[in-house]
Parts: sequence; C-alpha cells; structure tokens
Amino acid sequence: MARMMYREAVLSTIAEEMERDENVVVLGEDIVGGNGTAGGPEAIGGIWSTSTGLYGKFGADRVIDTPISESAIMGAAAGLALAGKRPVAELMFADFIGVSLDQIWNQLAKFRYMFGGKTKCPAVIRMAWGAGYNAAAQHSQAVHQILTGMPGLKVVMPSTPADVKGLLRTAIRDDDPVIFLEHKALYGVKGEVSDDKDFMIPFGHARLTRAGNDVTIVSTGLLLGFCEAVADKLAAEGIGCDVIDPRTTSPLDEEAILDSVEVTGRLVVVDEATPRCGFAGDICAMVAEKAFASLKAPPLSVTPPHTPVPFARELETAYLPSIPKIEAAVRKVLSYR
Amino acid sequence: MQLSRDQLLQAYRQMKVIREFEERLHIDIQTGEIAGFTHLYCGQEAVAVGVCEHLSTDDKIVSTHRGHGHCLAKGCDVNGMMAEIWGSREGLCKGKGGSMHIADIDKGMLGANGIVGAGAPIAVGAGIAAKIDGKGHVSIAFSGDGACNQGTTFEAMNMAVVTKAACIFVFENNHYSEHTGFEYAVGTNKDIASRAEAFGMKIWRGDGTDFFSVYETMREVLEYVRVPGNGPAAVEFDTERFFGHFEGDPQRYRGPGELDRIRETRDCIKKFRASVTGAGLLTDADIDAVDADVMDAIETAVAKAKAADRPTPEDVLSDVYISY
Ligand SMILES: Cc1ncc(C[n+]2csc(CCOP(=O)(O)OP(=O)(O)O)c2C)c(N)n1
Ligand SMILES: [Mg+2]
Repeated sequence: MARMMYREAVLSTIAEEMERDENVVVLGEDIVGGNGTAGGPEAIGGIWSTSTGLYGKFGADRVIDTPISESAIMGAAAGLALAGKRPVAELMFADFIGVSLDQIWNQLAKFRYMFGGKTKCPAVIRMAWGAGYNAAAQHSQAVHQILTGMPGLKVVMPSTPADVKGLLRTAIRDDDPVIFLEHKALYGVKGEVSDDKDFMIPFGHARLTRAGNDVTIVSTGLLLGFCEAVADKLAAEGIGCDVIDPRTTSPLDEEAILDSVEVTGRLVVVDEATPRCGFAGDICAMVAEKAFASLKAPPLSVTPPHTPVPFARELETAYLPSIPKIEAAVRKVLSYR
Repeated sequence: MQLSRDQLLQAYRQMKVIREFEERLHIDIQTGEIAGFTHLYCGQEAVAVGVCEHLSTDDKIVSTHRGHGHCLAKGCDVNGMMAEIWGSREGLCKGKGGSMHIADIDKGMLGANGIVGAGAPIAVGAGIAAKIDGKGHVSIAFSGDGACNQGTTFEAMNMAVVTKAACIFVFENNHYSEHTGFEYAVGTNKDIASRAEAFGMKIWRGDGTDFFSVYETMREVLEYVRVPGNGPAAVEFDTERFFGHFEGDPQRYRGPGELDRIRETRDCIKKFRASVTGAGLLTDADIDAVDADVMDAIETAVAKAKAADRPTPEDVLSDVYISY
C-alpha cells in the first residue's frame, strides 16, 4: 500500500498503463504545457497535475498536447480508439462537454450499436467536474446526470484515491468508451492505494462506506464525505446509516442500493447535479419502483436548486448541499413511523 | 488623423484605469479575499481601448475570460465591476457571475465568457442584427490566439462572411494560450489574420502594445465594416500579457528575463506617455494628474466593494428566468 493524493492516483495509474501497453496514448490541452515557448515543454503537465512527467517519459507521439479544440480532441479520441489505440483524453473542465458533445454523444457512445456490434471504441474521457471553487456557472458543473443518460457510455465517479486507482485502470483496459469524472475538490485528498499494478475495481460495484440499519444514504464525489460526516454524527445518537457510493453511475449497482433499502426502509440521495431529470431522482424512482414494499418513508433527495452555479462564496455555499441540509433530510425520513 | 487633447486624455485614462484595476486585483487576490479564477488583462490595454474608443453604446462587443479590460473600455462602471469581482450583491451582475461573466448589455457589452471560443458566434449574431438594422453599427468579437483554434471561431468567421454580418474579429495574440505557445498551437505559420483572410475577409494587422497603431488600424477597419453590405473583417494585434494566465500561474513557460523585457519595451502605457509628451501633445503633468485621479478611483472602487452588501442565500434562486 502507498499513501497518495487523488491526483497522484490518476497520474500514476495512467503512467503504469502507458508502461504496460504501448497503445495507451493521452491527449488534451496543456497536458504537457510550454510547447512553443521559451520555457520549453513540460511547463505544467496538465492544470490538475495529472499528466506531469508523462511527456518526458513517453514522448510527443503518445502524450499529445492539443490546441483549444475540444470537439477535435473528443473526435480524435474516438478515431484513435477505432484505429486500435487506447486514448485517455482530458477535458480540462467537465463543462466543456458543451462544445464537444457531438463527438461524445453521437459518435463514440453510439459506434458499437450503430455498427451492429462490429466495433470497439476503448476511449477514456477524463474530466474535472464539480463546484466548491467559486469558479461560477461555466467551470463548476456536474455532468454525470447528462452523460449517464447516454446509452453506450460507461460513467465512473471515483471519490477516493483507491477508487481512482482501481477504476481508472479498469476504464483504460475496458473496451467500451468510459467517462471518468474527477471531482476537483478531491484532487488533494490523500488515501491508501494498492501497489498492485493489476489492481482493478469492476464497474457496477458500489462501495459501502458506513454501515447501519436505519437509513440508506446514496452519494458520490465531494458530497460523499458530507454524508459520511452526517452518518458519523448520527451514529453517536444511536442512528445507523448505510452510506453507499455507487462509484459508477452507468452501470449502476442497483442491487447494493435495493438490498440496503430493504433493511432500512428509508432512502436519502445526495447529489451535486441539478434536480430535474437528475441522478438523485433516478435513484429515488428506481427504489420506488423496485422496493416500494420496503419503504417506511418517501425517498428524499438533497441537491442544488434548479439554477446555474453561482459565483459569490455565499451563493455557492447556499447552492450546494451541505451537512446541515443532509442531516435535516435524514432526520425527516426518520420522522416517518 | 490627430486626436484632440481631450481624446488623448480620455484614451490614456481608460488604459490607466484598466492597468491599475488589474494591478490592484493582483495584490488583493493574494489576500485570499477574492474568490474564483481571475485572468488579468495587464499589458493588452491598448487593444481594448484602441478598439472601444471608436465605439458607441449601440456597437456591441463580446469578450473572453480575460474580460476586465474590454468591459472597462466599453464603459462598464468601475465600482460595479470591482464589486462583482469581490462577489458582492452590488456588483454589476449581483455577484452571480464574477470575473469571467461580467456583462452590461446597456453599454453594448454582451458579456465576458468562461468558454474559450464561445464569443465569436455570439458576435456574428449581433453583427447580423446590426446589418438588419442598417444604421452602421457593428459588433466586435475579441478572441485570443488560443480561441482562434476553436471550431466555433472558424464557424463564426465563415458564417459572418456568408451572412455579411457587420462583425469584426479582433484577435489579440499575446503569444500564449494558458501555458502553450501560439507557435505550437496555431498551425498557420504563426499567423492568425491569414486564416481570417482565407475565410474571405479583409484583414488588418497592428501593434497591440501601441495605442496609436490599434486606434488607426481600427479607424480603417471600422470605416470598412460600417458600410452596409461590406460584411465582416478581421484584425490581429500582436500584444503581451504581463501576468500569468490566471492569478497563481507559476509561468514556467516564460524565457529568462521575459517579463522584465516586455514590461520595459512593450508597455503600452509607457509608450503612450513617451509618444504624446515627445510630440508635445500632453505634458508629464497632464498625465500625472490622470494617474492620481485613476489611483483614487480604484481606491474608491475597492473600498466600496469591500463595504458592499453581500448576497443572501435567497439570491441563488432569482434571475434564472424572467417568468416561470
Ligand atoms: C472551451 C474551453 N476550453 C478550455 C478552456 C480553458 N482555458 C481558459 S483560457 C484558455 C486559454 C485561452 O487562450 P487565448 O485564447 O489565447 O486567451 P488568453 O488567455 O491569452 O487571453 C484555456 C485553455 C476554457 N475556458 N474553455
Ligand atoms: Mg493568448
């Protein structure tokens, strides 16, 4: 085991996979940095420091610094994958799916189906998502609710360094297109990570991060930690919460959630995406459809409001689900007898 | 054409306001009180001012993530802008947008933009509207050397030509898109203007560190685009950015002594002073008086921003729609 940051887990997994398989190539904006400048290449190694050192080790053919051209980056990832490579493309901010969505949605997600199962498109699209930096409406968004609804994409949302390791390796070795969502606020978080260069976590397997019999809480990303804090606080009062991190939203480990709700009878889903047609509503509906008889209270969700992400500190804080809001929701489902 | 004394003082004042606004932000950001990503415009003032001094509020501009200079040059209120960047409720956008999303539609400022390359298509729309209205108004798309590589910018240029939009693409080549050099990222032999030419536009080039070069170039460009039926044009200004890409950038891509050199030899404010005093058009005392006045204005803006009302949690919910 090694102790490392979430961002280091991203970088080291990519490096290990590039070492193992020469078909793995990375591409993105400023993932080298300094090309065409007096300072020379490797000026930055990605603005999230998730590609630092790769250029020196693997060279310009496999570490491709691109112009600001997201549509072409996503399309090139699709083309590289169809042509036998295993691209790991970076979108600097998840918000930039806006300018590149056709290549993600209509192209790489659909090739296999449209072509009658004759192709594989092993592209990984990594992107930094989430609020918490006062980066305002175009640099703070959650996108998993949009991408999870697109058949053909697998959507991965690691919330710990260990999960980054195991899930990113699975993503790179997977033959389908995978969206890999890295929460910006977690890049600096440290944790124990396996040294095993074949350590993989299969998709569609949730992780139970707290165990209890009274309430089921489902969450991902930054907010998972908030939920754990609430669970710990309530545990001191004798209230037990199952906290479930689905880890991948597509495929989704429905069984883990349903099994838990069958015991607790109460569900709170906490998510950073906006509420309409979102992830929280999706899970609540799934539970209502499949575990209705077990429910002792209506499923509740805690999400931001139906607004863009605001800039000012006070506004962003009010926008995001918070520990008090989550606690209130948990107490509310508990209040049903 | 010779500018009047008042025009010279006005142009200088505008550049100096931008310079001091940004220099002050550079300092205040280090205290941690200002949230978010901030991209400073220092070094490029001659472009924003040399363009906008020709414009009325009926002419529209569309800006970028590095938008403070464009906003100020187009007449956005200094206090309102400072308050916005400080995230205050009294900011131009009520603290909802921040540095990257300042807009003032009444002033013809259609918005800074956090999405690189998003501005040019919007400017085409405004340029088509100007064409329809037929009053000789124009729209301006400010784009960087990085934004010129975005497909949206290519589409905008072609569509402007096809629709004969009264639109001007102003490319500010400050040699960097974030940490990457334009010599690497711009494939057309280090040249942006020639791309625009290939799309079928008349093009101009100018020195973006010299107010007079920008101003005189833009006079010609505007004379051309304001003629109904002429359609769009493009201009590339070679310029410099004095700070990092964003505040906090280690700038490892710079060569040794690069920042000192550009501050010494490519500073539009120094050049302006040398030029007008050398020609006897203004005195050092005239310019010093503007400087003192501007320092006061910035000090006031900061004091007001700090004292301004903060947004409340309820404010999150307003302004999503007009009616719902
Ligand atoms: C669609 C999109 N891609 C990437 C970014 C990240 N980004 C912000 S500014 C920038 C560089 C822009 O360079 P340029 O157009 O030359 O403008 P400058 O920063 O030099 O003013 C990048 C890559 C973004 N904001 N939007
Ligand atoms: Mg630039």
